[in-house]
Amino acid sequence: MTGKGDAVTAAALWCDRCGERAAEGDHSACAAARRLEPPRYCPACRRRMKVQVLPAGWSATCVEHGTARSG
Amino acid sequence: MPEILDLARTQVLERGVGLDEAGVLAVLRLPDECVPDALQLAHEVRMRWCGPEVEVEGIVSLKTGGCPEDCHFCSQSGLFTSPVRSVWLDIPALVEAAKQTAKTGATEFCIVAAVRGPDDRLMKQMREGVAAIRAEVDIQVAASLGMLSQAQVDELVEMGVHRYNHNLETCRSYFPNVVTTHSWEERWDTLRMVRDSGMEVCCGGILGLGETVEQRAEFAVQLAELDPHEVPLNFLNPRPGTPLGDRPVVEGKDALRAIAAFRLAMPRTILRYAGGRELTLGDLGTRDGLLGGINAVIVGNYLTTLGRPAGDDLALLDELKMPVKALSATL
Ligand code: SF4
Ligand SMILES: [Zn+2]
Ligand SMILES: [Zn+2]
Repeated sequence: MTGKGDAVTAAALWCDRCGERAAEGDHSACAAARRLEPPRYCPACRRRMKVQVLPAGWSATCVEHGTARSG
Repeated sequence: MPEILDLARTQVLERGVGLDEAGVLAVLRLPDECVPDALQLAHEVRMRWCGPEVEVEGIVSLKTGGCPEDCHFCSQSGLFTSPVRSVWLDIPALVEAAKQTAKTGATEFCIVAAVRGPDDRLMKQMREGVAAIRAEVDIQVAASLGMLSQAQVDELVEMGVHRYNHNLETCRSYFPNVVTTHSWEERWDTLRMVRDSGMEVCCGGILGLGETVEQRAEFAVQLAELDPHEVPLNFLNPRPGTPLGDRPVVEGKDALRAIAAFRLAMPRTILRYAGGRELTLGDLGTRDGLLGGINAVIVGNYLTTLGRPAGDDLALLDELKMPVKALSATL
């Protein structure tokens, strides 16, 4: 996730698409899907994020870990 | 040349009369090797009855998620375990989105909300948002806010909303398999009010919901009967957590058959590429559709998913020598 400002930079514990443990299972399909989707789960705590998709970008906010934006 | 394409050439291309249900079905059933001929004819029909311009639109979600309805394809329904959370866009961000859209050369900006129909809060946001956009941005404003009352239709007209989107989604006979919280007829009622108000009607749907090819033909002629100004054509992008989350995506060839068939059913409508084309058609197929009856695109991102960068689509239109419709041409 390409964070800005107060965004999360910690190692991704959770898959930001399916919300499962990043280190367990195969997330290659998630990674492929993420090219056309914003993240949905916070990679640091697995909370569902508030995601706003705009015509030219997106932002995703975790109440605990802050906001990430498209680069 | 298959018989149906000969018929379409005289009836649709020369006289501008759309194919009937049997004709549409015959196009949807053409063997693979005839699909290029069908696309070529659909392209000629589009050029003859609509011209070379392509209408470019951007869309934005004013209110995302938490919808009380149960449309089985939709990640914004609050009734499924979708990861999409409820969120509202504020007015400055809405105006900024309209500016970003206008910068691409788009003439249309559609404000969408995930609701059964607008409540007072949403109508207030619309009033403020549309006024702010009209004051600051040179773009036509459209809206998609679900089912409307007559008073809400009148209010949108007053705000200056020039086009209203309300998709029938699929044919009448298949609709109850996809939505159980409201009926196809309720959607039709809103569309009738919108049309009578003088706003332009934008109405399309999604292919790949599990409908049969016969039901796809049924849908095309039901849309033709409505005679909308614009038909957005989506291909299912199966969303995690929704009842249709495990459905396969539409095959590229079937999507192209459908594009040709819908154009041959509705020679004069604005036939717009909407969601799912990236997945179903990829870059090559996107081009085939633009040369096969499509004459409008949504550029940039969708409501909860992302699209190709607007620049890629604009470069493709440039390469195909298809001019982007200018704002002056729409007023
Ligand atoms: S009414 Fe619209 S937002 Fe609500 S579930 Fe159906 S398609 Fe989704
Ligand atoms: Zn995953
Ligand atoms: Zn978090």
